Amino acid sequence: MPKITYIENNGKEHVVDAPVGQSVMEAAVKHAVPGIDADCGGACACATCHVYVDPAWTAKTGEAGSMEQSMLDFANDVEANSRLSCQIKITDALDGLVVRLPKSQH
Amino acid sequence: MTTSEINRIIIIGAGQAGAETAQRLRQGGFKGDITLIGEEPCAPYQRPPLSKKYLLGELPLERLLLRPASHYAEEHIVFQSPVKAVWIDRANKRVRIEGGRELPYDALVLATGARPRKLSLVGADLEGVHTFRTAADADAIRPRFVPGAKLIVIGAGYIGLEVAAVGRQLGLDVTVVETAVRPLARVTSPEVAGFFLDEHTRQGVRFVLGGQPAVIKGTDRVTGVALIDGGELPADLVIAGIGVNPDTALAEQCGLKVENGILTDAECRTSDPNIFAIGDVASRPMLHYGNRIARLESVHNAVEGAKIVAATILGQKQAVEAPWFWSDQYDLKLQIAGLFQGYDHVAFRGVMADRSFAAFYYKDGKLIAVDAVNRPAEYLGAKMLIQTGRSLPPEVITDESRPMKELVASAR
Ligand SMILES: Cc1cc2nc3c(=O)[nH]c(=O)nc-3n(C[C@H](O)[C@H](O)[C@H](O)COP(=O)(O)OP(=O)(O)OC[C@H]3O[C@@H](n4cnc5c(N)ncnc54)[C@H](O)[C@@H]3O)c2cc1C
Ligand code: FES
Repeated sequence: MPKITYIENNGKEHVVDAPVGQSVMEAAVKHAVPGIDADCGGACACATCHVYVDPAWTAKTGEAGSMEQSMLDFANDVEANSRLSCQIKITDALDGLVVRLPKSQH
Repeated sequence: MTTSEINRIIIIGAGQAGAETAQRLRQGGFKGDITLIGEEPCAPYQRPPLSKKYLLGELPLERLLLRPASHYAEEHIVFQSPVKAVWIDRANKRVRIEGGRELPYDALVLATGARPRKLSLVGADLEGVHTFRTAADADAIRPRFVPGAKLIVIGAGYIGLEVAAVGRQLGLDVTVVETAVRPLARVTSPEVAGFFLDEHTRQGVRFVLGGQPAVIKGTDRVTGVALIDGGELPADLVIAGIGVNPDTALAEQCGLKVENGILTDAECRTSDPNIFAIGDVASRPMLHYGNRIARLESVHNAVEGAKIVAATILGQKQAVEAPWFWSDQYDLKLQIAGLFQGYDHVAFRGVMADRSFAAFYYKDGKLIAVDAVNRPAEYLGAKMLIQTGRSLPPEVITDESRPMKELVASAR
């Protein structure tokens, strides 16, 4: 199973087994990684699952879709590598993915 | 009751509101005992996908769970299920559960949610007649969602229309019966309702508007629905989506103040300072709407109630969001922010024919709500405005030559 590393804003790392087919948000929530609220459960309605994809991985995670990008436009501290983690689907190619979490989701 | 005196917290109701409360308390560092009591037979899960991807068969129940079932023990949350709480003794601060055991509390959280209204018609108990609230309801319905089956949905609210959309996507023959003259009558404007009516009609859903069901027909199983005007519709399956009633049974039993749900203050405290109420069962003052009391039925409201109670118990303050909601029908994503009730003007950005537009609702010249269809920027932009008490004049917000983000930044 692919592994994903989530790095909290304070530097704390969480390495999590992430089932193929689920989203990067789901794997975090199922392992109670703090810093991803995901209030809407992945419906692309809350924008509280914001992450920064490690620059080494942005090519593999791809780009935000238009819906997602519009939501990101209103999130705090958005960077070029910002994504909504509920919109990144886990594949074998993402084994080893590293994402960082923002200071706050609101 | 000061924060330091709270060592034992009991949460009744393990829906999203109850489960999130337990989680937020632990995340916030609460070290005392947490008991979460739920009468459903599985770990807490999200309801919204039930009438969307779960019914479509695209998501297994496991992926609806808010946390894996093992999580509660790991977090030292005593999760009692399936167990029903049957009595609250406020004087001695105890909760009795089925079987007679009594559990003491310092703080009690009522998150008992709501029960779907049942059709009060002859034949409503026939096999094949369902309400739609729980995973068990969805599981009972799913095997009957086969191509060609005749589905009658009674009630054209969001859940009814979502079920109708899934029905069409799976090839069912779908009729929606609604007593009002238009769908979504309680929850949106005639214009937006008309848009959804057209979409569903285009997708092959038949509507009987102003239709009054009289009797559910059938001997063992449902075979049809007779209407008051004499018409009769054949049916293999009837799903009632006619709203819910807050489950205030325990609150009433123990004498808490109940007015369209358990009445609370902004900190979700009931008329008993040791008891909180949150989620679908509670009504509270709406910060962004002059503290008008409202009972909301949404994920946002359930999660926010949980955050507020956890913060209050931990001696912290919780920021309050503008209310939000969403609904998925076919490829349409409707996102709603604010409360539209009482609006006196509606302004549109984009056109319905493009299946991508936003309806902004105004009252006394101030933006109070938005319905955005496939328009996430309009949704989030309006939400932000409402949350910060700002507004934009209708002629400005509808100016499509300026991006939403720029408009929001310019608002005061
Ligand atoms: C099909 C469907 C689709 C929805 N779609 C959306 C959507 O798209 N977006 C959105 O924002 N919202 C949606 N909602 C609404 C949202 O799911 C609810 O507002 C939310 O789940 C309310 O959570 P709650 O915890 O307050 O109540 P509930 O989810 O009702 O949970 C209460 C729980 O308490 C239990 N309980 C009650 N009394 C007792 C007792 N005495 N002892 C033990 N247990 C008890 C109940 O059995 C229940 O499990 C939808 C709801 C449904 C049913
Ligand atoms: S979980 Fe809500 S937008 Fe990602």
